[in-house]
Amino acid sequence: MNRPEDLASPLSTHDLKLAYGTSVIVPHLNLSLKAGQVTSIIGPNGCGKSTVLRALARLRPVSGGNVTLYGQALHSLPSKEVARRLAMLPQGPVAPEGLSVEELVWFGRHPHQGRFPVRRPEDREAVAWALSQTGMTIFGRRPLEALSGGQRQRAWIAMSLAQQTEILLLDEPTTYLDLSHQLEVLQLAQRLNREQGKTVVMVLHDLNQAVRYSDEIIAMRDGEVYAQGRPEDVLTPALLTDVFGLKAHLLSDPDTGRPYIIPYALTR
Amino acid sequence: MTVPFSPRFTSARALLVAGILATLTMLLSVLALGLGAVATPAAQVWAALWGGGDSLTRQLVLELRLPRVGVSLLCGAMFAASGAVMQGVIRNPLASPDLIGVGAGAGLAATVFLLAWPAAPPGGLPWAALAGAWGGFGLVLLLSRDWGGADGLPPVRLALVGVAVSAALGAVQHLVLVRAPDGLGSALTFLTGTVYGADAERLWRVLPWALVLLPASLLLSRTLDVLNLGEDLATGLGTRVNPARLLSLGVGVALAGAAVTGAGLLGFVGLLAPHLARLLVGAKHARTLPVSLLLGALLVLAADTLGRTLLPPLEVPAGLLTTLVGAPYFLYLLRRSA
Ligand SMILES: Nc1ncnc2c1ncn2[C@@H]1O[C@H](COP(=O)(O)OP(=O)(O)O)[C@@H](O)[C@H]1O
Ligand SMILES: [Mg+2]
Repeated sequence: MNRPEDLASPLSTHDLKLAYGTSVIVPHLNLSLKAGQVTSIIGPNGCGKSTVLRALARLRPVSGGNVTLYGQALHSLPSKEVARRLAMLPQGPVAPEGLSVEELVWFGRHPHQGRFPVRRPEDREAVAWALSQTGMTIFGRRPLEALSGGQRQRAWIAMSLAQQTEILLLDEPTTYLDLSHQLEVLQLAQRLNREQGKTVVMVLHDLNQAVRYSDEIIAMRDGEVYAQGRPEDVLTPALLTDVFGLKAHLLSDPDTGRPYIIPYALTR
Repeated sequence: MTVPFSPRFTSARALLVAGILATLTMLLSVLALGLGAVATPAAQVWAALWGGGDSLTRQLVLELRLPRVGVSLLCGAMFAASGAVMQGVIRNPLASPDLIGVGAGAGLAATVFLLAWPAAPPGGLPWAALAGAWGGFGLVLLLSRDWGGADGLPPVRLALVGVAVSAALGAVQHLVLVRAPDGLGSALTFLTGTVYGADAERLWRVLPWALVLLPASLLLSRTLDVLNLGEDLATGLGTRVNPARLLSLGVGVALAGAAVTGAGLLGFVGLLAPHLARLLVGAKHARTLPVSLLLGALLVLAADTLGRTLLPPLEVPAGLLTTLVGAPYFLYLLRRSA
């Protein structure tokens, strides 16, 4: 079970089976993430991206197989230890009424604190850093209800950052954001990866953004990995047809030389 | 560029609110201790509390009136804490011990226990109530759960099933009481929600439970905060959600069960106090819980004091007054949640 390559992989799955009740969503998943990279999961709605991401963060019970964190079985590790190494922002989180941004971000320190919530200097630093990275410092004292959708999303990202984990999982972090705030989040992910060596895994819908900001792409279809690899290798006309049912022109991005996708027709 | 925002809910504000509530509770307690056929001036009550004054006044205040005030305060605080804990765990604003079968189950079990074993040791009653509380709660969960659905317990359904089950259990309790031998039956009417006739024995019955469970509920505040974020986020932050839920529910159910053996079912206290507390000090449980406890204590004591002074020599049960205030608020919440 402990293959040598797993020890180097932040998260891998082994014959992972995921189901809701009796309906199997992911029958048989084997994938391995690379350390220190930005990986994006793409695929049509309902293909199981969130389900897989939640399983990678031990938020879902597995029906078979397992997930390993640097070779250790994820479900057998103490949950609090996992929370110090891996942070996950689910899709569309909801906060209880009346919380301020700062109070929300402080939750990120929960796995680092003991039985009693003593606010140590390193906790304060982490919270201040998370707020500043997301540009939320000036909103710290606002109740979440008094924020725009984009600001609220950044507050949640700040909470995940305050966990100060080496692995960061983000489920559709750019949904509900306008274009410039989308870029802000993507650049933040890239910066955290470049400057701090964090392993970032995101579910993204915009294929061009996924290509531009990822080192690695995982394309999913019907609960299975259709392709995994570098963006320029994965994003092919065949993939666009098979996975998304699209016909597209593939141009070359003048900055990166990677493909730039212009869909022009549906195949189904 | 941004308007400076001063937060509505701060620790300073919570301390102020708690201070005011504690002061009000103390003042009302002294007032209530002076109330009776022979009124005692506040100054004499105060002296008696500190061991001064004449022995007759001391006996009147400490032995006859103090238990009733003590039971009011403790049971009010326990119902309020129970409601605050349950609303946090179930993430349902309509969760309250008297609305989800906990209180009614405890009441029925306590009634049956006292009638079946009149000679049982007094310490046994809270345990019987506890078992009944879990029974009532389990019944409501069983009936309101949408077994096929993914998203657990819809608030309004839980409340509706809870009210129906509570009404049914309450009716059975009345039936048992009606059929009981005269002397025994009337000794048990307190179980329908009043602190009338609360004596030292009843105070001693609930006191140990209160001393353990009220601090325990305060210790849960951080767990409740995290649970309140929902299952995914709580797990992501390293909380083992199911054990944490079970522990919190255990404390919430026990609080209500024990409170029932002191004053019966004081309607809607467990709903009103936490809601009012959240309006005053926000959603963080480290602030909401202590303020809820104080509000619950104050609410029940105020209801009882009012009930004694409205139509003397008749006594309006405290539970009746809290229900009169709570029911409209419950209806308002129902409309908002539906
Ligand atoms: N809580 C749930 N209960 C039952 N089925 C679910 C649940 N959540 C998701 N599904 C199903 O699982 C499949 C994958 O969902 P999801 O992982 O959310 O897809 P994606 O994130 O790729 O849009 C979908 O067919 C969806 O209907
Ligand atoms: Mg999704």
